[in-house]
Amino acid sequence: MEKWSLMTITVLLGLIVRWTVSFGSYSGAGKPPMYGDYEAQRHWQEVTYNLPIKQWYFNTSDNNLQYWGLDYPPLTAYHSLLCAYVAKLINPDWIALHTSRGYESQPHKLFMRATVLIADLLVYIPAVILYCCYLKETSTKKKIASALCILLYPGLILIDYGHFQYNSVSLGFALWGVLFLSYNWDLLGSLAFCLAINYKHMELYHSLPFFCYLLGKCCQKGLTGKGLVLLIKIAFTVVASFAICWLPFCTEVEQILQVFRRLFPIDRGLFEDKVANIWCSLSVLIKIKNVMSPQTQLKLSFAFTFLTLLPACIKLTLQPSLRRFKFALVSCALSFFLFSFQVHEKSILLVSIPVCLMINEIPLMCTWFLLVSTFSLLPLLLKDGLLLAYVVTTLAFLTVCATFFSIFEKTSEEDLQLKSLSLSIRAYIPSFKAFPKIIKSLFIVSLTLMGILTSMSATLTPPQKLPDLFPVSVSVVSCVHFLFFLMYFNAIVLWDSRNGRNQKKIN
Amino acid sequence: IRSEIGFQRKLWNPCGIQSLKKKKNSHSTDFEVHRNWLAITHNLPVSQWYYEATSEWTLDYPPFFAWLEYALSHVAKYFDQEMLVIQNLNYSSQATVFFQRLSVIFTDILFVYAAHECCKYVNGKRPGKELLEKPMFVLAVLLLWNFGLLIVDHIHFQYNGFLFGLMLLSVARLFQKRHLEGALLFAVLLHFKHIYIYVAPAYCVYLLRSYCFTANRADGSLKWSSFSFLRITLLGLIVCLVSALSLGPFAVLGQLPQVISRLFPFKRGLCHAYWAPNFWALYNAVDKTLAVVGIKYKFLDPEKISKASMTGGLVQEFQHTVLPSVTPLATLICTFISILPSVFCLWFKPQGPRGFLQCLILCALSSFMFGWHVHEKAILLAILPLSLLAVESPKRAGIYLILTTTGHFSLFPLLFTPPEITTKILLMLLFTVYSFSSLRALFRREGPLLNWLETIYLIALVPLEIFCEIVFPLTPWNLKFPFIPLLLTSVYCALGITYAWLKLYVSVLTE
Repeated sequence: MEKWSLMTITVLLGLIVRWTVSFGSYSGAGKPPMYGDYEAQRHWQEVTYNLPIKQWYFNTSDNNLQYWGLDYPPLTAYHSLLCAYVAKLINPDWIALHTSRGYESQPHKLFMRATVLIADLLVYIPAVILYCCYLKETSTKKKIASALCILLYPGLILIDYGHFQYNSVSLGFALWGVLFLSYNWDLLGSLAFCLAINYKHMELYHSLPFFCYLLGKCCQKGLTGKGLVLLIKIAFTVVASFAICWLPFCTEVEQILQVFRRLFPIDRGLFEDKVANIWCSLSVLIKIKNVMSPQTQLKLSFAFTFLTLLPACIKLTLQPSLRRFKFALVSCALSFFLFSFQVHEKSILLVSIPVCLMINEIPLMCTWFLLVSTFSLLPLLLKDGLLLAYVVTTLAFLTVCATFFSIFEKTSEEDLQLKSLSLSIRAYIPSFKAFPKIIKSLFIVSLTLMGILTSMSATLTPPQKLPDLFPVSVSVVSCVHFLFFLMYFNAIVLWDSRNGRNQKKIN
Repeated sequence: IRSEIGFQRKLWNPCGIQSLKKKKNSHSTDFEVHRNWLAITHNLPVSQWYYEATSEWTLDYPPFFAWLEYALSHVAKYFDQEMLVIQNLNYSSQATVFFQRLSVIFTDILFVYAAHECCKYVNGKRPGKELLEKPMFVLAVLLLWNFGLLIVDHIHFQYNGFLFGLMLLSVARLFQKRHLEGALLFAVLLHFKHIYIYVAPAYCVYLLRSYCFTANRADGSLKWSSFSFLRITLLGLIVCLVSALSLGPFAVLGQLPQVISRLFPFKRGLCHAYWAPNFWALYNAVDKTLAVVGIKYKFLDPEKISKASMTGGLVQEFQHTVLPSVTPLATLICTFISILPSVFCLWFKPQGPRGFLQCLILCALSSFMFGWHVHEKAILLAILPLSLLAVESPKRAGIYLILTTTGHFSLFPLLFTPPEITTKILLMLLFTVYSFSSLRALFRREGPLLNWLETIYLIALVPLEIFCEIVFPLTPWNLKFPFIPLLLTSVYCALGITYAWLKLYVSVLTE
């Protein structure tokens, strides 16, 4: 069958799964007074439409920042404004100032879900299709399979179409950035990534790899000649794009400072809720929040974050290659997720999307990671009433990956890109031969454990003394998995001696 | 072959998964119908089943289906006891919906097995290298992911997957020369849903001609001396046994007339509130046009025209204004005449199981064209068996594409709420893109499957859909003539279906 028809079918399948999930419940459905993220997005449409720009980020009588104040960069605000204009055409009650708080109805839900679908269709899905179509040295079948698996990734679907957010926009822009960089269109890539950061500042997790890769490229070209020119051009692009996005706020310094205060709430503490993060998992044993002061906590988390991501970034700067860049995206984002400040469980998506990009090269590990990342979202999904959607999409994803990439057969060291590392290890530990079997059994044990924990969380009630037993166990199990993956991805970057051009033909 | 069969099993997984997710949608009246039947069969003794009328959705399927509901009701009580109370009209708790959807998915296992059996008898011209291009795989997807079946069973709610599974399984058994099993399965199917009586002539004639007459003469014609009394007795025994099992209890109780009246309610009108796209839709359209023209040019007296609208909400009897009115007997005669050529063809030029399948499809299609009170879902009765022929020959593939696309499009008015509109468009696009590209890839060397006229007709479905669902509701005519979109859909699809029917007939008769 022709490539375009197979791609169309893949996209349609992705859209059908997304739309079907969107029939489910959303965050904070029917739960006054605060509701949830869905109400937050609706409230932002109300605020951006009715109030002048100067008041969007400030606490005024019309704009109570305690009730879902804007805490994303300006592009999110502009997007909400656009949606509000459309909402005004359909039903002004949806965004009426003050009176539309907690507005919930079927037509409104349909409208909100439609905005997510349209944003997805315009930004994220084209990026995925183009990325898969232009993968180098892969057969058509593998390209289509990659596209299908990426589009069926449950985490993004459940958060965007279930819980309700617009992650696909910022992740889509970041993906466009990666796509442009793989074609050596560095300026466009930087522009796309700046748009991503200006949509959701969590994309800063990806900023170090972008910076190191581009810096490394400039260094390769020679810092005194072409490299310097390129560096200046990139810097100019970045500054210009930030200036354009922040233009309405650039009139006063106070405006910019206030936006920063909303984006980076430093006084909130090391973590909130149960996250699959080191600090939350450690707090099971040691109550970190009680032991250290907030300043020490901040410094400690910065220290650990940068310690863990520095090796990969340094290697990327010294020997920039596209492959290393993609792996660095994963490992940096994962370091940030595990060790950083005020991390939300949804930030795992920032790690998952770069992992999706490599599903063609290391299918087993990527599938495993993506399943664990979806599993780590389980407490949030249970709260939103999305258990059925979670189970069905996860099973579908596992089936599709297992069928198209035959992950259970490809478990050798070469398949896992660990040849060089295992050669070094074998020098010290000769009996390291049962590697495929170990990995396979670990994978199956992990899947079983996740399945058991899912069914327990869904069906049983926790004992009274430990009311958070299930969310905490989910977080701790996920955290252990993530640490293992952090070591794995770092190992690949550090022990990898190939550059991007000498890849074997992968089929 | 094993890997392909395994692949097909994996195909079902997503299919079942999709339907599990669709359970989130709101449900139709069919849902309440089946809940009511669960309640009736669970609580009342058998003698009351066909008399119970608390709800307007009385039991109007044959007894085997009632027994199926009875069996399901015993599982239902573990999900939600309240759904089994007859008085709980329109009861639909989450557990109820979940159980009902799950029961449809579960009974679909039979459909998957039947599709698997049918795929074994597909005759590919040359084995393709890619799995995606093998006729077996294409047939499996066309059957398991059939848009019409998904929409009708899993969104709208019915048990057609199970019933079509029985039919396809009986067809497969006839292909395998296991005639008695095939006959048994069909007899059982008839007692599950009597609508399949439309294709009974094909079965009867085929079994008589190719099974009871054990041999042919050298030139292929009938050898009267080879008639086997044993075989016809066996067949008769099977039919009688099944009927006795099904209708026996009611015959003993003297309730047969009541059962028959429930099963064949001829009080309903010629057409549903939404006209099924058959010959009578065209007939009605011509009648209405002539009426309008006649009033405008003063040929007719407006007083004499009856006020009852054919497209009103209630299904009542009505009269045609210009053309003669149609009675149930007239439709029966028309149906009978229209299936005669195919039946004669099956008798005089038997081509084995393939000929039988062609006759079955033609019987189904002809009775769709001329039947009384046909529901548009009945087009599936022709589409699903035609899939088996479509993967074998390019001519049939072309006819299949026309019939399927228009038939599925005619199912659109079943789903009209805004969230469902997106779902049905996406699913329709998925199935259409897949069927066109896979059949084109299968018959790449044979040239284009459709000529330019047919292609234009099918492409024009897109603007028609845009007009009916998006443009028209925003115009002022929406209040005065709310039935225009339904009328347009029905008439336009009727043209396509009639064309496909005639083309198939001609190609079968001239083979």
